[in-house]
Amino acid sequence: MDIRVQEAPFDAGAELNAFTAAAGGAGAVVSFSGLVRDVAGGLQMLEVEHYPGMTELALREAAEKAAERWNLVNVLVIHRYGVLQAGAQIMMVATASRHRAAAFEAAEFLMDYLKSRAPFWKKEVTGQGADWVQARCEDEAALKRWNDS
Amino acid sequence: MNILYFAWLRERIGLRQEELAPQATTVGALMDELAARSAGHASAFADRSAIRAAADQELVELDAPIAGAREIAFFPPMTGG
Repeated sequence: MDIRVQEAPFDAGAELNAFTAAAGGAGAVVSFSGLVRDVAGGLQMLEVEHYPGMTELALREAAEKAAERWNLVNVLVIHRYGVLQAGAQIMMVATASRHRAAAFEAAEFLMDYLKSRAPFWKKEVTGQGADWVQARCEDEAALKRWNDS
Repeated sequence: MNILYFAWLRERIGLRQEELAPQATTVGALMDELAARSAGHASAFADRSAIRAAADQELVELDAPIAGAREIAFFPPMTGG
């Protein structure tokens, strides 16, 4: 289980290759990369704030839940903070399991979980000014579906 | 007790954190007490539905007791990913 909260950029391709090479016994690896999206008016930068300490705890809890529920061989979560430009890698999740359904579901669960439970906040800075990104009700609803199934 | 603020709460209050000994015994009552400290605090705590709280880095509801907590954090709903 590899959980990283960092300011520095990372190479998603190299991370995925290393993760796959170390996924002994797995039959499936699923990965998701999150990129900084451009916005109307042109994004000058995205500022990502987090709560040091709590962020790592929340991500580890999510990874442990996923590993147990889907019997994962391995989990990787990387999430950046600080100042990011449009198009930059902001985060990635990778899951390894014996079968693909578990790897896909666990990756989706991790994404839903960290959207609503990991203490990150994004501020978009454009030519029109700076605005905190609003949380979306759909993200909370997306997480709830895992409790119902 | 260490009180931490993040995102727009931090900006409105003008502080990242402050140390105090609150009278309040629950998270909700602590919000009332903090709201009375300054105009910035009042503005930050005006809409309770837009605020989440953590006690010692674990998410808690507004009726949660705060006795024994070393660190209480207030922030808007998370927007990671």
